[in-house]
Amino acid sequence: MPETLVQIELKPPHGDWRDSHVEFRKGSICYSAAPKNLTALGLPNPRAWQPLDKDWKLPPDWKRIILDGMKERLDKYRSFRLFMDICVRCGACADKCHFYLGSSDPKNMPVARAELMRSIYRRYFTLTGRIFGKLAGGRELTEDVIKEWFYYFYQCTECRRCSVFCPYGIDTAEITMMGRELLNLIGCNTNWVLEPAANCFRVGNHLGIQPHGFKDSLDFAADEAAEITGLDFHVPINRKGAEVLFVMPSADYFGTPHYYTLLGYLMLFREIGLDYTVSAYASEGGNFGLFSSHEMMKRLNAKIYEEAKRLGVKWILGGECGHMWRVLHQYMDTMNGPADFLGVPVSPLTGTVFENARSTKMVHICEFTADLIHHGKLKLDPRRNDRWIATYHDSCNPARAMGLLEEPRSILRAVCRNFHEMPENTIREQTFCCGSGAGLGTDENLEMRLRGGFPRANAVKYVKQKHGVNLLTCICAIDKATLPTLLEYWVPGVEVAGVHELVGNALVMTGEKERVADLRGEPFPAEAYAATTANEAGHA
Amino acid sequence: MPTFEVEGKKYDVDEDGFLQEPDLWTEDVAKDFAKSESIDALTDGHWKVINYIRNYYLQFGIAPMVRKVCKETGYKLSEIYQLFPSGPAKGACKLAGLPKPTGCV
Repeated sequence: MPETLVQIELKPPHGDWRDSHVEFRKGSICYSAAPKNLTALGLPNPRAWQPLDKDWKLPPDWKRIILDGMKERLDKYRSFRLFMDICVRCGACADKCHFYLGSSDPKNMPVARAELMRSIYRRYFTLTGRIFGKLAGGRELTEDVIKEWFYYFYQCTECRRCSVFCPYGIDTAEITMMGRELLNLIGCNTNWVLEPAANCFRVGNHLGIQPHGFKDSLDFAADEAAEITGLDFHVPINRKGAEVLFVMPSADYFGTPHYYTLLGYLMLFREIGLDYTVSAYASEGGNFGLFSSHEMMKRLNAKIYEEAKRLGVKWILGGECGHMWRVLHQYMDTMNGPADFLGVPVSPLTGTVFENARSTKMVHICEFTADLIHHGKLKLDPRRNDRWIATYHDSCNPARAMGLLEEPRSILRAVCRNFHEMPENTIREQTFCCGSGAGLGTDENLEMRLRGGFPRANAVKYVKQKHGVNLLTCICAIDKATLPTLLEYWVPGVEVAGVHELVGNALVMTGEKERVADLRGEPFPAEAYAATTANEAGHA
Repeated sequence: MPTFEVEGKKYDVDEDGFLQEPDLWTEDVAKDFAKSESIDALTDGHWKVINYIRNYYLQFGIAPMVRKVCKETGYKLSEIYQLFPSGPAKGACKLAGLPKPTGCV
């Protein structure tokens, strides 16, 4: 019950923080990766084991592998060495982490979580640590430390809220990423990260949907869009010579409520006559490699540019996906670029040059749509969304990793009439994570997800009570998958939708039939219905 | 490897209780696994969903889109949740002998 989960013990535990022993509990851990997935990806030490086992079946020379791996990365990534060196333990980050707020486990303070690795860095890679050991803040690397790393680096969603408050700008997510990368070297990984990665590597998307299934799903969506609007729809797949390659998260053509966002995209593209194609090869925007290692991220990401090149498109448009945008915006260009065979993205309707994407050649659909609305290119009837009183959850990565703060809001204000912000310290760059990102959104980890998502849910509860909010909008597929569960637990009565679902509802398409229901099949409010039939729909 | 035992029968399953080898599915699997999904007895409604998902899987190697399950079976999502309390992607897929869908779902 929510009442019991919120009974958070704030008294620090007894004993020394350097004691690395962790009590693994069901509900707060993810299952280990199945051997078949390690094999599919060529990762070391595939074997059957679980975090609750006493023996993790580590390779005999695990300690050397970890220390060699750490040395290699300290030399390779200057940021890693810097982040190991410069923290002064001021504590500004301590109460900014949703997992700390929801669990009060001191090792979930970002500073302490990073210290789990810093103490090893000091002991083995600094002169004072090598000489004075414990006195210099060092710890011996033991099997318990590995288990502790596993526990806490998979209790971080790499959301980077703590980094916003760090006076040094230490990116704690990168420390978690390094921790997971090192754990990968000895075969300590989770299935919810590696199965999607393996599927993506072999088939092209996290779910493992093969090309004929991909086509079947998109054809179904096209048929539904046609039924709703009375217009003909066709989704081009692998079409050479299209102007734009559109890449979305695979959950958009599998899950609910993601699917309604897909309908929104299709309606928008048809209405503006976008010359686009989707790809059965680059059929995934998300990249669970980000939650595993830099190398894996690079391997999975490579297909987007490769496919853009093969199809001969001019630029790339990306859908409502969260962590995909961290990869695209911050790594893709140098990792798999430069994509100098592509042009600087230009909106074919407004002529807007997306200067921010000059280098990556990839534009976020919210930037694209907000620009269309700004130039009055869409006929919108926001009354069709009158059944919703909406708020907006800044999905962590689009907000903090690429600064996408205004565009979704300007769209929402144009497509619905009831919009209220959550408190300012819970939105924009200070947004609270859903608690299930970075590969933690799996059922066996539910208690920790509900704890980590508590600060976000609490802010939703505030606007529900104050303004009657009944819809949480967002632009991330993990959000759409996990926020419904979170809200059902903490704030029943609030639903979840993508921004482009509301666009699809409000979009008055040229020649559309009399529309009486929204994309979910719920009747439009009477006022909007009357207005639409009288052809008096408002122009944005 | 975990196993699921019911009335003297043993199934190899994954950590979530999904059948390890989808090819080994028979109608008995659905009947035997029903209790683990808090389903007392399988009705025609359950079978309609299970058979649709199973046949789709045989053709496409994956579970159908949630929306497609609803449309093709004529059930609203809320009705599917009434039939399968843990939902279409988990409960219904488990009884139909499919692997658990992974990713942002």
